Amino acid sequence: MKDTAKSDVRIGVFVCDCGSNIAGYLEMKELVEYSKTLPNVVFVQENLYTCSEGGINEIKQAIPKHNLNRVVVASCTPRTHEPLFMSACEEAGLNPYLFEMANIRDQCSWVHMRERETGTERAKAQIGMAVAKAARLRELKRIQLNLSHNAVIIGGGVSGMSAAMALGNMGYEVDLVEKEGKLGGLLNDLNMILPSNEPPERLLNDLVARLETNPKVNIHLNSIVSKTEGYVGNYVATISKNGEELKVKCGIIIVALGARVLTPEGLYGYNGKDVITHLELESLLRKGPIQSKNIVMIQCVGSRCAERAYCSRICCMTAVKNALLIKEADPTARITVLYRDMQMYGVELEEMFRKAKQVGVRFVTFDPEKAPVVKDGSVSVYHLRMGKEVSIPCELVVLSTPLIAQEDAPEVSTMLKVPINENGFFLEGHVKLKPLDFATDGVYLCGNARYPSTIREAIGQGLGAASRAAGVLSKDALFTSGIVADINAQTCCGCLGCVAVCPYGAINFFPERGVCQVNKVLCKGCGGCAATCPSSSARLDGFSNEQIYAQIEKALAG
Amino acid sequence: MSEEFVPKIIAFACNWCSYAGADLAGVGRMQYPPSIRLIRLMCSGMLVPSYILKAFEKGADGVLVTG
Repeated sequence: MKDTAKSDVRIGVFVCDCGSNIAGYLEMKELVEYSKTLPNVVFVQENLYTCSEGGINEIKQAIPKHNLNRVVVASCTPRTHEPLFMSACEEAGLNPYLFEMANIRDQCSWVHMRERETGTERAKAQIGMAVAKAARLRELKRIQLNLSHNAVIIGGGVSGMSAAMALGNMGYEVDLVEKEGKLGGLLNDLNMILPSNEPPERLLNDLVARLETNPKVNIHLNSIVSKTEGYVGNYVATISKNGEELKVKCGIIIVALGARVLTPEGLYGYNGKDVITHLELESLLRKGPIQSKNIVMIQCVGSRCAERAYCSRICCMTAVKNALLIKEADPTARITVLYRDMQMYGVELEEMFRKAKQVGVRFVTFDPEKAPVVKDGSVSVYHLRMGKEVSIPCELVVLSTPLIAQEDAPEVSTMLKVPINENGFFLEGHVKLKPLDFATDGVYLCGNARYPSTIREAIGQGLGAASRAAGVLSKDALFTSGIVADINAQTCCGCLGCVAVCPYGAINFFPERGVCQVNKVLCKGCGGCAATCPSSSARLDGFSNEQIYAQIEKALAG
Repeated sequence: MSEEFVPKIIAFACNWCSYAGADLAGVGRMQYPPSIRLIRLMCSGMLVPSYILKAFEKGADGVLVTG
C-alpha cells in the first residue's frame, strides 16, 4: 500500500455517463474538461458506465498506471455504489477510504432535467467539492472481528418461537429464553385465532414440537436474560434460572418480549365476573357456549386516553371475532359493540365486520367525553345519532383493553441499551429502513414488544428478525467501518460531553488518565462526539472539519 | 438590465435519511432549482455550528440543515 502522506496527492476522476441518465441531461465534455483543471487532478476518464466490468477495470488499471493515490467517481449515489468503487480501489492496492463520490445523477441530472446549463454548473461544483475533499482524505483501517454464530432470543411467544425456528433450521445454535413455565405466551390464553378461526393449539403445538425436536434450539423455561455484555458478533448473555446462572456466547440477540393485556381495574365496574376483558371471555368460550343472552362490548377501555394515547390495533378485530363466535353458537344472542372508531383494516377483517353487521351485531359509536356507564343489569350510553341517552340491558359486559408493554421492558431496554417509547414499547432503528433492527448492531426486534400486532404479523416479524440476524451470523468475520470517531488523548480534557451524546455507548472515560476513548467496534460514525467536543479532540475520520470546510469553500468559490 | 437573484444554498444532509431522501427525489424525477450545493454528513448531529458560519462567510445566501 502506498504511503500517501509522503507522496504528492494525485487524483483520478472518473465521470460516468450512466448511459443517457447523466449524459442525456448534462454536458459531459464540459465536466471532463473542468475536472482536468482541478487541483491535484492528474487523470480524468469518461465512462459509459463506471460501475460496469469495463468501468471498474479502467479504475483498477488507471491507479497503477497514473500512480493515483485518490479516486473520485462522479456518478450515482454513494448509498448504492460506494462499496463497489471502494473495493475496486482496494483491489488495485489503494486504501478504500481514499475514495470519494460526487453525486451527479440522483441529485443532479435527474432533478435538473430541463436545466442543462445550470445543472452542468451544479455537477461541476459537486465534482469540485468531491475533489477538494478527496485531496484531504487519509487512509483508514477496518478492524476485523471474529464472531459467535449463536443466537439468544428473549421471549418464547409466537414471534420469538418463529425466530428460533427459522434460525435453528438455518443451522445456528439458538438459546430461547422464556420467563414462564411454558412456551407460547399470549397464544396459550386465546380461544380461536384469526382469520381462519382455528384453535391456537394447532399452531402452538406444532411450533413447540418442532422446536423441542430441533437439536439446534435450546429452550430455557422459567428463565430470564439477566445481563448482557459485548457487541455485535461477540455478546455474552447471562441466562438466570432459579438463581442459577449460565453464560452464553452469542453473535446476536433478538428481543421478543411480547406484551400483556391491561387489567382494567377501576374502569367500567370491572370485576372479572360479569364485567370482564376479552381475554377472560376467550377463556370462558374455550369451556363452552356462554349463557348470557345480552352482551355489551366496550372498545378502547384504557387506551386512546390521556394515560395511554395509543391504539392497540387488535382489539376491534378481537371484539368482532368474539361477537361472531357468540352469534354463531346462539343466533338469538343480542350483542352491542360500543366503539369510538373501528379499526378493521385489510380484506378479511373488513369482510368480517360486514358479516357481523349482517348477523345482527349492533355497533353504536360513543363520544369519549360521554363515555358509557355500566350499571347493574344495563349499560347506558349517549347515542350520538339519536342525540339522547339510551339504556342497553345486559348480563355481561366485555371490555376491550389494550396490550401494554411488559413490566420488564425498561430493564431489558437498559440492559441492551436499546430505546423504548413513553409506553414501554421498543423503538426500531428506523421506521422504514430498519423496522426489525435496533440502532445497536446485532440486536433485533419482533412481535408485540414493538407494538400490538396480530399473530400473523408477529410470525412475519419473527421470521424477518431471524433473517436480519442471519445476515450477521452467516459471516465468517465482521469488519467495522473505517468511518469511526477518534479522540486525541493529548488534548482531551475529560469533560464527558461526548459520553453524554453518544447514542451507542461507544465512548468510555478512563478516570485514571482523565480522558475519553472511543470503542471503535461500537462506534457507528455519527460524529455527534466531534460536534460536541469543546476542544475539538474528537473527530470523525472520513468527515473531518478540514474536509468539510474544503467542500464548503469549493461550493462557494465559483 | 438587472439579473434575477439566484440564491446560493448550501445543504447539509444526513447520510441515513435526508441524503437518501435527496436520492429519492431523483428517482422520482422531482425537479428543483440547481443553485443548491449538497454536502453529505454521517448525521445532522455531527454538524458543527461553524460549518454554517463558514458557509455564510464564504457567501452562501442560505444554509439548509436536514436530518
